[in-house]
Amino acid sequence: MSLLSWLVPVALGMGLVGLIAFLWSMRSGQLEDLDGAAERVLLHEIDDAPLRDRNDRERTNVAETGSE
Amino acid sequence: MSCCAPGTEAALEIGPARLLDDREILLASRDLGDGTLQTDLSIPAAHCAGCIRSIEGALARLEGVISARVNLTARRVAVKWRREAGIPPLVDALRGAGYDASLTEVDDSAADPEMARLLRATAVAGFAAMNIMLLSVSVWSGAGNEMRQAFHVISAALALPALIYSGRIFFLSAWGALRVGRTNMDVPISVGVLLAFFLSVYDTVTGGPHAYFDAVTSLLFFLLAGRTVDQAMRGRARDAVRSLARMMPRGAMVVAPDGAREYRQTLAIEAGETVLVLAGERMPVDGTVVSGAASLDLSVVTGESTAEQVGPGSKVLSGSLNLDGPLTVRVDRPQKDSFLSDMVRLMEAAEGGRARYRRIADRAASLYSPVVHVVALSAFIAWLWATGDMHRSLTVAIAVLIITCPCALGLAVPMVQAVAARRLFSFGVTLKDGAALERLAEVDHVALDKTGTMTEGMARVMSFTVPERELGAAVALARMSRHSAARAVAALAPAPSLIVEDVRETPGKGIKGRIAGRTYRLGRQDWVGASGASEIPAATWLSVDGRALGAFEISDRLRPGSSLAVARLRRLGLSAEILSGDGEDAVAAVASAVGIDQAKGGMLPRDKVAHLEALASHGRKVLMVGDGLNDAPALGAAHVSMAPSSAADVGRNAADLVFLGSNLDSVPVAIVIARQAKRLVTQNIGLSIAYNALALPLALAGHVTPLVAAVAMSTSSVLVVANALRLAGPGRAPSSDKAGRKSFPLSEAT
Repeated sequence: MSLLSWLVPVALGMGLVGLIAFLWSMRSGQLEDLDGAAERVLLHEIDDAPLRDRNDRERTNVAETGSE
Repeated sequence: MSCCAPGTEAALEIGPARLLDDREILLASRDLGDGTLQTDLSIPAAHCAGCIRSIEGALARLEGVISARVNLTARRVAVKWRREAGIPPLVDALRGAGYDASLTEVDDSAADPEMARLLRATAVAGFAAMNIMLLSVSVWSGAGNEMRQAFHVISAALALPALIYSGRIFFLSAWGALRVGRTNMDVPISVGVLLAFFLSVYDTVTGGPHAYFDAVTSLLFFLLAGRTVDQAMRGRARDAVRSLARMMPRGAMVVAPDGAREYRQTLAIEAGETVLVLAGERMPVDGTVVSGAASLDLSVVTGESTAEQVGPGSKVLSGSLNLDGPLTVRVDRPQKDSFLSDMVRLMEAAEGGRARYRRIADRAASLYSPVVHVVALSAFIAWLWATGDMHRSLTVAIAVLIITCPCALGLAVPMVQAVAARRLFSFGVTLKDGAALERLAEVDHVALDKTGTMTEGMARVMSFTVPERELGAAVALARMSRHSAARAVAALAPAPSLIVEDVRETPGKGIKGRIAGRTYRLGRQDWVGASGASEIPAATWLSVDGRALGAFEISDRLRPGSSLAVARLRRLGLSAEILSGDGEDAVAAVASAVGIDQAKGGMLPRDKVAHLEALASHGRKVLMVGDGLNDAPALGAAHVSMAPSSAADVGRNAADLVFLGSNLDSVPVAIVIARQAKRLVTQNIGLSIAYNALALPLALAGHVTPLVAAVAMSTSSVLVVANALRLAGPGRAPSSDKAGRKSFPLSEAT
C-alpha cells in the first residue's frame, strides 16, 4: 500500500504530462501537417518549424527588411 | 505606339495563355490585411520531401511572394504574397517546376474553434478514462476492501474534471434541446452519465462494491471521438453566394445626357440611364449597347469562354466581361432585376434547399433516443415495483442507459465517411461534406455540363498551315491580345524576341501589328485578307502585308477519358445527359462523341435549375457535374454536385465534391466509393443496434457489472471502427485509361 501511494501519483503524473504535451502540440499547430513534418526532417535548407511559429518569425523579417 | 519606349511595350504584353486568370486568383485569395494576400493551391502530385523543396523553392523565387508553405497531408500549398508587386504567376511557376496546380478555397479548418474544442475535450476524457480503467482493472481483479475504496476515491477525483470539462459539450446540447421542448441524442447520454456519476459517488462514500467511473469516462471518450470525426466530416458553411456577389461590380460610370460623367453605386443606377463600360470591366447591369464594339466573355451566362462580338443594338447581360473595346450601354433593367442578381437569388434558394437534407445518423438518432428513454424508465419502474429497492432499480436503469449508449452509433457513420473521404482523396477527389457522400450514393441520373466538364474548356491550336518560320511573328502578335483564340496561338511557342510595333486590335476582327517592317494581321479570314474556301471550318488566319500565310485551327478538346467515364456511369446503372449553355450543334457533337443521347443546349442558368427541379419532382436524384459560373446555381440545386478543380471559384464553392486533375473518370469512381460507404454505414448501424439488442436483456436482468459495461462498450465501438476500415482497401482506382484520350474538334464561334 505504501508502494502504491507512490506509484499511483507517478502513473497519473505521467499521463498528465502526455495530456499537456498533446494540448500544447495541438495549440502550436504541430498536428496540422503530419505527413509533411515527417518529410521535412530530410531537408536541410527548409525551416521545419511549425507553421504558426514560422509566421511570426517571417513577419518580423519582413518588418526588418521592409518592402522592396 | 511606336513612340513608346520599348519597355512599356513589354508591359502591354499579356503573355501566352496564362493557365489561370488573374481575376480567378484574386477571387480565390484571402486578404490578410496590409496588402498581403493568401492563396491556396491544390497540388495533387506532391508526395515527398523533394516535392516540398521544389514547390516552395519555385514559389519563393517569384517576385512579391512572401512565403510558401506546403501541407503534404492536404496536398496543398499556402502562398502569401504582396499585392503591390502584381499577381505572381503562381500556377505557371509550379507548372515550370513540374506540378499541376489548381486553386482551392483558403483552408481555415485548422482554425475551426468547434473542432479544437472537441479535440481538447476528447483528450481530457481519454486521459481520465485510461487512468480510471487502470485502477478499475485492479478493482475487478479483486483488490481488498481498503484498496478498492482508495481507488474509487482516486477515480472519482479523476472523473469529476473530465465530467465537467468534456461532458459540458453534451450537457449544453441536451439542455438546449430540452429548453425548447425537444429531445435529442444528448439527453439520454447526459442523464446516463450524470446519474452514473452521482450514484458511483454515493457508492464510494457508503463503501459499495461497484463504481461506474470507468464507464462514465470511457463513455464520454468514445462519444467524443465519434463527435470529433463527425465534426471533421461536417460541411462547412459554403460561401458560393458571397463569391458570386463579389463578382458584381460595385459601381459604374454613368454618362449623363449632357456628357457629364459620374461614378455611381450600381444600386443607384436606374433603367434608361447610360453607363460606360471599359475593357476589363464586368457589365454592372442588363442593357443595350448604344455605341462601341467589343468582344464579351459570356462565361457567366453560357459557360463558354469564347468571346462574343457585340455592337450597337446588341443586348448585354450583367456579369459578362468586356474584353477589349469601351462600350456605352443603355440600362434596360435596374440592378435588382438584373441577370446577375437573379443568379444570386437562385443560388440562395438552392443552398436553402440543400440544408433540408437530413443525414442518416441524425435520422437514426431521432428514432433511437425515445426508445432508450422509454426502456430505461420502464426498467427502473419495473425493478422498483418488483423489489422496492431504490438503489438497485437505479443501478439497472443506469446500466440500460450505458449499455444502449450510442457510442457505436456515434462512430458508425462518421468513421465510414472519414475513411471514404480519405480514399476519395487518394483518387484526387475532395469531399466537402460527409452528407454529400450519402446523397451521392443515392444518385440515379447524371447531368453534365459541356464546356470545362466534358471538354477541357480551353481553346487550343489543333493544327496549323502557317509556315514554321512565320510562327514566331504569329506568337509575338498573339501575345498582345486577350482573345481566347489569340491566347491559344500564343501558347504554341515560347515568347520570341521580336518587337511588335503599331499594335491595334479591332474588336471582333483581329489584331494587327508591325514586325520587322512588315504588317502582320491575325484574325478572321476576311479581315486578314485571305480569300478562297478554307478547308478548316473554324480558323484564325495570319497574313503579312495582305498576303495570307495560313490558318490556325482552334478548338476545345474533350477531357481525356470522357467517353470511358460515360460508359462507366452507364454500367453503374445511371442515365446521363448534357446540359449546356452552348449552341445545340456544338452540344450534339460532344454528346455523340461520348455516347450520350440526351443533350440540351442553349440553356441559361435558370433553365438548368428548372430542369433539375423538374427531375427532382419526378423523384430522380441527380448528380450535377459542372464547372462554369453559369453552372453554380445548378450545382447548388442538384441532389449532389461535383466540379473539376479547374472550375470557377463560384462553381468550386457550390459543388459538394471537387475532383482534381483532368480526368472525368473521378465521377464514376466517386459514385462507387459512395455506394460502398453507404453499404458499410448500413452494416455499421445494423451492427451497433444488434449489439445493443443483445446486451440489453443483460442490463434489464441486472447482470451488468462495471466490467461487463466496459467490455460491451469497447467491443462494439472497436467492431464498428474495424468494419469502417474495410473501405480503406488496398486497391487503387480503376486505372484511368490512356486509350480514352481522344482529341475532338469543336466548332468555334468566331
